[in-house]
Amino acid sequence: MKTIQGKINELLIQPGCEHNQKQQGEKKNKSCTQQAQPGAAQGGCAFDGAMIALVPITDAAHLVHGPIACAGNSWGSRGSLSSGSQLYKMGFTTDTSENDVIFGGEKKLYKAILELQQRYQPRAIFVYATCVTALIGDDIDAVCKAATEKIGVPVVPVIAPGFIGSKNLGNRFGGEALLDYVVGTAEPEYTTPYDINLIGEYNIAGEMWGVLPLFEKLGIRVLSKITGDARYEEICYAHRAKLNVMICSRALLNMARKMEERYGIPYIEESFYGIDDINHCLRNIATKLGDADLLPRVENLIASETAALDITLAPYRHRLKGKRVILYTGGVKSWSIISAAKDLGIEVVATSTRKSTEEDKAKIKKLLGNDGIMLEKGNAQELLNLVKDTKADMLIAGGRNQYTALKARIPFLDINQERHHPYAGYVGMVEMARELDAALYSPVWSQVRKSAPWDEEEI
Amino acid sequence: MAQIAIPEKSLTVNPLKQSQALGASLAFLGFKGTIPLFHGSQGCTAFAKVVLVRHFREAIPLATTAMTEVTTILGGEENLEQAILTLVEKSQPEIIGLCSTGLTETRGDDIDGFLKEIRKRHLELSHVAIVFAPTPDFKGALQDGFAIAVESIIQEIPKMGGINPEQVTILASSAFTPGDIQEIGEIVTAFGLQPIFVPDLGASLDGHLEDEYSAQTMSGTTLKQLRSLGSSAFTLALGESMRNSAQILSDRFGTAYQVFENLTGLEPVDDFLHRLSELSGEKVPEKYRRQRRQLQDAMLDSHFYFGGKRVSLALEPDLLWSIVQFLQSMGSVIHTAVTTTRSPLLEKLPIPQVTIGDLEDFHQLAIGSDLLVGNSHLKAIAKKLSVPLYRLGIPIYDRLGNGLFTKVGYRGTIELLLGMGNLFLEQEASS
Repeated sequence: MKTIQGKINELLIQPGCEHNQKQQGEKKNKSCTQQAQPGAAQGGCAFDGAMIALVPITDAAHLVHGPIACAGNSWGSRGSLSSGSQLYKMGFTTDTSENDVIFGGEKKLYKAILELQQRYQPRAIFVYATCVTALIGDDIDAVCKAATEKIGVPVVPVIAPGFIGSKNLGNRFGGEALLDYVVGTAEPEYTTPYDINLIGEYNIAGEMWGVLPLFEKLGIRVLSKITGDARYEEICYAHRAKLNVMICSRALLNMARKMEERYGIPYIEESFYGIDDINHCLRNIATKLGDADLLPRVENLIASETAALDITLAPYRHRLKGKRVILYTGGVKSWSIISAAKDLGIEVVATSTRKSTEEDKAKIKKLLGNDGIMLEKGNAQELLNLVKDTKADMLIAGGRNQYTALKARIPFLDINQERHHPYAGYVGMVEMARELDAALYSPVWSQVRKSAPWDEEEI
Repeated sequence: MAQIAIPEKSLTVNPLKQSQALGASLAFLGFKGTIPLFHGSQGCTAFAKVVLVRHFREAIPLATTAMTEVTTILGGEENLEQAILTLVEKSQPEIIGLCSTGLTETRGDDIDGFLKEIRKRHLELSHVAIVFAPTPDFKGALQDGFAIAVESIIQEIPKMGGINPEQVTILASSAFTPGDIQEIGEIVTAFGLQPIFVPDLGASLDGHLEDEYSAQTMSGTTLKQLRSLGSSAFTLALGESMRNSAQILSDRFGTAYQVFENLTGLEPVDDFLHRLSELSGEKVPEKYRRQRRQLQDAMLDSHFYFGGKRVSLALEPDLLWSIVQFLQSMGSVIHTAVTTTRSPLLEKLPIPQVTIGDLEDFHQLAIGSDLLVGNSHLKAIAKKLSVPLYRLGIPIYDRLGNGLFTKVGYRGTIELLLGMGNLFLEQEASS
């Protein structure tokens, strides 16, 4: 446990992270070290976060060493899509029993790994510690080491039990596991001067597939996808890329930073949401790769994509213009989605900044203008009040708030983990416009807000 | 009659089972003004909440004591206290349904002791019912946790009172949907009886619009109704897992009870209505006599498609029992049955074998069947085996209307019968 605590501290104090620029005084590490509040906390745990970061590796098996609540209540529900193996979607667990709690779960874990290998032949096995198995002191590192030697397949311990902190911290622990056990363990067949890694893009609803064709057209090779629709192999040789492009910004910041340290790979933070941001992303990648031919190719692509997009989006822009939305989401999305909304002529009247850094907030301020409201924190009730006060037309938030909005008869768009539509890239803009349009202009709103004719009579 | 098989293996693959705490929170959601509170790390709550939100397509109130590594080692009293005070201050619930988890049970938190101390320190909590359901994740399954929560409520809240001859307590297990509860409520009321459901998911999770937002359940059995259970003339326990609760009521108030393991299919519904008629002294209403004839007619129309069909079931014990009975009553053959947890019903099942296992076991055993019955996780297996899937249980993510779906009474049996029958029909037409 001592080593976990060391790692937690290290991961909470990421020098590259804006959250940590104020190390002294009252504002020290506020959003990172903020402890979940009993009775008020909402989000997932570190174990959840580690799984979000690693489960998208499709040809690996993900084995949860814990009681049934950890795997039984969650398996198969993550939104990352695969173009190949479906193994990652299976729910493997040791289903820790009362006996295991009393006598220790190491033996069962070891046997489970051997059974898994025998029955499913995964390319690798990730073993996730949970609160209970951490608390009873199972030495998961040692079991994984012994199992790796026995079966000759990488067995990677992921020591992020839920009680060490938030989902975000768990993301980083997932990244640490990759750094410690996976990255640098194999070499690619060949390298090119145009090799990049995408970090923190999990291919939710197949979003990555809307972006990869752009890189292909430009002759940029995505060497390793970390981790959306990834094969285990490609992460092994991620250390040979020329540039790391971080997408879901802060989630795997430790990976980008440490890869810079260890392998000299520079990193940039980009977003795939909104036309300006995609353009910025492509230009920045070209600039950082430092190839003279690449930049004009990027400009050509941007010109043709945006021209085509202008035509496709025209009817939507017409209908969406002036609509007012409230954005309630975390960190980087709080500004990247504003930019996408603005591209469609939508006015963002308020956004949450609860997980945003100072830099994020500066961007938000610029994008929102003076009247925009920045929400530090909030619960469902405050959110609904805000919708009322600002006369917003719609709420854009994570799935957890979906029914908060719908029950209050407010149009809703899901923007988080569980969403079913890809919004990344130029094609994602069209998808987003279509979804926004369908939600806002659905004929159900007037009907569900209508009181019954006899109610009016009775008044 | 059935042999219980438990595969010898260390690795569980694609679990059918869910945690007890999830089941307990579902039960607590059937009481008005309630917030279920998990004493565990925040993930325990988040995972359970996602399951319930996606299954019911409802906003689900569920809170956490947000235990950390340090508070776990030191003991969770402080977090529990803070969580309760925060909930009471922010949302003024009438009932807090407290569920323990694997984490706090492993640590061995003395929750009853904590609650006593907390109540001593905070007299302002005297009007809040805090009901504790011990639900470690390393034991049992959803159905068990649900039953434990009901037992805790029954143990804690009802008071002795003068008997009201019309009032009946209806204990309904996790096998029943909100739609089922509503149907049963209608039937019982039609006999002039006044049912109090424990819990009443039919009121809280049926999927309806309210006028205001609330951070707690807005409908369900009220605290007042729960207190008055001592005045009930009779207890109807629906589902074997409710037997203990019925016994508790009998021990505390001397209330006679009867367990109805199944309310799906002609004969079980006949028996239920017959008993209601005896209890109330009323004749079976014309409406149900008509529905009975409709069911018989539907059975005639559909028996061609059920006869000899091999069906594989992956369901929790109470639900498994009723669907086995129903399918056999239609002439189908139970090809395999996989379940989650022990129950006195299992060995009584009129089939050769039942397996307590996971969906890996189910996949192997289900080869050669004509239809699968179970939750949405069976979809991949159905696809691989090229057989249709009839969705029952929790979670069902890929169908609308899980709240309103009904499979009990004559009307509900018809719904189930025609739904399954249409799958067989479609399969025959396409082969």
